[in-house]
Amino acid sequence: MLKISTNPHMQTNRDTKALMLDVVIALMPAAISAILFFGIDALRVILTSVAACVMFEYLACRYWLKTQNSTVDFSAVITGILLAYNLPSTMPCWMILIGAFMAIIVAKMCFGGLGKNIFNPALVGRVFLFISFPVQMTVWPKPHFLQMVSPDGSTGATPLRILKSIDASSSASAQMYSPEDLPSYLDMFLGNIGGCIGEISALALLLGFAWLLYRKVITWHIPVYYVATVLVFTSVLYFTTGDMKFLPLAHLLSGGLMLGAIFMATDYTTSPMTLKGQIIFAIGCGILTVIIRSFSAYPEGVSFAILIMNALVPLIDKYAVQRCYGEKR
Amino acid sequence: MDDLILLNILILGGTAFIAALVLYIVSKRFAVKTDEMVISIAAALPQANCGACGKAGCADFATACARADEASFANLYCPVGGAAVMQKIASLRGFAATDKAPTVAVLRCQGNCQNAPAKVNYEAVSSCRIANRISSGQSGCPDGCLHLGDCVKVCKFGALSFDEASGMPVVDSKKCTSCGACVKICPRGLFEIRPQSLAGGMVYVACRNKQKGAVARKNCSKACIGCMKCAKICDKIKIENNLSYIPPEVDAGEFGAELAQNCPTSAIIYKERIHD
Amino acid sequence: MIKEYTFPMGGLHIEKYKITADCPIVEAQIPEIVNIPVKQHIGSPAKILVSKGDKVKVGTLLADADGIVSSDVHSSVSGEVIKIEDLPSASGYEEKMITIKTEGDKWEKSVNRKPEVIKEINLTQEEIITKIREGGIVGMGGAGYPTPIKTSVPEGKKVELLIINGIECEPFLTADDRLMVEHAEEIIMGARVINRALGIQNAIIAIDENKPRAIEILTNLSKRYIGVNVKVCRTKYPQGGEKQLIKAITGKELPLGKLPIDVGCIVQNVGTVFAVYEAVLKNKPLFERIVTVSGDGCQHPCNYKVRVGTPVSDLIEATGGLSTDVHKIVLGGPMMGNAIVNTSAPVTKLTSGILLLKDENFSKKEASSCIRCGKCALSCPAGLRPFAIKQAISFNDTAEDLRKLHAGDCIECGCCAYVCPANIPLLDYCKIAKQEIRKK
Repeated sequence: MLKISTNPHMQTNRDTKALMLDVVIALMPAAISAILFFGIDALRVILTSVAACVMFEYLACRYWLKTQNSTVDFSAVITGILLAYNLPSTMPCWMILIGAFMAIIVAKMCFGGLGKNIFNPALVGRVFLFISFPVQMTVWPKPHFLQMVSPDGSTGATPLRILKSIDASSSASAQMYSPEDLPSYLDMFLGNIGGCIGEISALALLLGFAWLLYRKVITWHIPVYYVATVLVFTSVLYFTTGDMKFLPLAHLLSGGLMLGAIFMATDYTTSPMTLKGQIIFAIGCGILTVIIRSFSAYPEGVSFAILIMNALVPLIDKYAVQRCYGEKR
Repeated sequence: MDDLILLNILILGGTAFIAALVLYIVSKRFAVKTDEMVISIAAALPQANCGACGKAGCADFATACARADEASFANLYCPVGGAAVMQKIASLRGFAATDKAPTVAVLRCQGNCQNAPAKVNYEAVSSCRIANRISSGQSGCPDGCLHLGDCVKVCKFGALSFDEASGMPVVDSKKCTSCGACVKICPRGLFEIRPQSLAGGMVYVACRNKQKGAVARKNCSKACIGCMKCAKICDKIKIENNLSYIPPEVDAGEFGAELAQNCPTSAIIYKERIHD
Repeated sequence: MIKEYTFPMGGLHIEKYKITADCPIVEAQIPEIVNIPVKQHIGSPAKILVSKGDKVKVGTLLADADGIVSSDVHSSVSGEVIKIEDLPSASGYEEKMITIKTEGDKWEKSVNRKPEVIKEINLTQEEIITKIREGGIVGMGGAGYPTPIKTSVPEGKKVELLIINGIECEPFLTADDRLMVEHAEEIIMGARVINRALGIQNAIIAIDENKPRAIEILTNLSKRYIGVNVKVCRTKYPQGGEKQLIKAITGKELPLGKLPIDVGCIVQNVGTVFAVYEAVLKNKPLFERIVTVSGDGCQHPCNYKVRVGTPVSDLIEATGGLSTDVHKIVLGGPMMGNAIVNTSAPVTKLTSGILLLKDENFSKKEASSCIRCGKCALSCPAGLRPFAIKQAISFNDTAEDLRKLHAGDCIECGCCAYVCPANIPLLDYCKIAKQEIRKK
């Protein structure tokens, strides 16, 4: 019996699953850098987080929403990896479990699952943990290249923490660091710095970005506009005030900026759908990131910036309409 | 410490007071005058906002009722609420209600999977409106039901359900308010709002196929073949383009059973009284 | 280095499957019975001039254009008219068709059957347009808009450029490609004929870069003719769309709701140009065309020269028959063509290809939920937001809302539905939206 269907009779084989798998592959260099610098602990955090996210997604599909099992499309795996990348390597497993619960159940499944959530699940998980367990979330083990277990369990400060505390206006007692304490740019680029396990190596993240571009999973707009906005904004502040805390390249290479710009701000579901909207979104993220990093109590602002812009996505989608063919410019 | 509490009370209380004042002034200043009559008529309406009355919704219909004089009031009718609601509105206005026979939507097709077996498979076509564009349908009948249930989706009263066994939508006459949404959505115009006489139910031709008898029969065993038999029983019945149509004024009580029995393809359906 | 032309907005790179690109055009067998529909164009059906029992020859006028937006229909075989009735077309809906039983192959004497290419045009503008009208020529790219209207310039409009569309961006189809390779000179003469009708000196033949033979032959030939140039376009679907092609070649964008003539362009398909050549210089009306029979389920894919009215099933038989694992037959290309119900339906002036598809890739995949990737908007050559149109339809928005989304400007190329990772049939929603807009 012949089939009747509407045109087109061809469809791309790059379905949701294939795209998500490409994102997982793009995240792999960062995983390698995490294990290289933080040892077995990084692997533990990643595996726990992924397992917890997949489990929660499976349970939610099976017993709560009663829909098809959506774990097969790898979106929960990505959430798990991204959540892990936003945690320090010393994070206890049970806290990761709580973070995964917040990410999958509260931020994703409560809204109806894949494609319907407003906020980036991994970021919701991270921010929840960050607010609930501020102490554990701000212990940064020192990186030890190629050592599976940290030899001395020593901790240090992230470059952003250092930048924050050389704030000229803060009192002398709070000024624990001087600009000399900042690691070299090469260390920041390669990942030999303290921080969340996935965010340290700009090189690994850029490799992932290249893969995403090559496989056409995302366009270059969001990451480039995001990073460029941060660069321009901090440069303006740095050259007008001369304050060391606005050091542009340090802002660029440290903290979660690269990870956030390449993997979190580009999340399909929680970013605008048109190019124009995506550019507005990225610029907004950039400005908010610098504002939070420089003028708030927190040293890091990427997660908050992206979450705030996530909330604005429906509005952006409504007004950032692309020009249609033949319409006046 | 006490000062702080007092200050808080003053600031918060003051803010609340000012806000309340603003709200009060605005609500008085910009109040929209509404007609009491419109409100009470609207309360009597079903509030389905289906537009079956020809107005933009229940509120619009209520306004029209409130403004109408006795003569133009007779033209207003809410098919969803039916005679009972119109009676209520008429008494509110102090007019005499006009009596209309109750109506119901009927599906004029019997091309289910037994009568009109599928010759091709639909694939990923989920809307009748699309299916109608791309082909004559699974059974090959260019005027028959497409089995995709756009009508079921559009019915606001749950009067249409999809019977999986036969692949056809089924009208629940008790729930049908004859709002006409299915008539509008069906790309093949298979639905008709028919009055049923109080005396004896209704009779109609459940086929819309205009092809020649032999061609029509090839696709569906219950197709109207335009054989003229029904026209001989009742002279009000007209046959055009190989298709018979029984006008609503044909008395179902008088002719119904005879018409249904004599139709060689059982394309004519006779239903006894539905509404009580 | 040749500058490559393409359009900037949206578009896709899709698998080409041009398996018949090197198959020469073969004359298909003349069928025993042809069914010739009286409406093979946009507009009103032609008025039937013959009646049952009449003897006709190849090229005899069967039906006369009814009004301006209509077209003549000619007989494609010689024989006897045996019936004139409504018969099911490819979609299963009935259409008025003239059925002719073939007897021999006698042609009308007026038709010049010599193979030489005529290189002289001694006709006036009016004579050319009359001949195009009498030849029953319609746009053979798929739309079927009567050509005489397109070749006569309306009062107050100015045409500067004739663009000949040799893009053929649909996968599988190679009919235009073969025509350009085998009848290059005729196409150039056809372009000159249309140029004279329009009163201009400038024609551009736009060819996709994936047709190296056609580019080579036409580039060499065009050097001998003033005013005919070949431009190579970078492969991108849907480059063959009129609006996209104008943008690619001239850089001009048609303002919303305007016709190509408003930016001084006329776009004609190569098939149409060839038909114009034959009609004007050889007195041969349009009754046969090139059809690609292809697809992964086709045993011997081929390019046929087919008489209009030949049943689709005859051509399928000629390529080795229908194997049981073929699940879909498509008329036209896989992106914009229609899956058909009825294989006894005739080939018309607009049938560019018959595809027999068996691979699972050519059947629809089940839709999952939208992941808001925005790829549909990114790939839309009309710059629409298919996801928003889908949403508007699901929420039963009014026609006014749909118009604000410009749903009426959808060119139905299928890019959105092709690219959707969730396999949502976005084009269906756009089509419903267009229908809703047209209702009012």
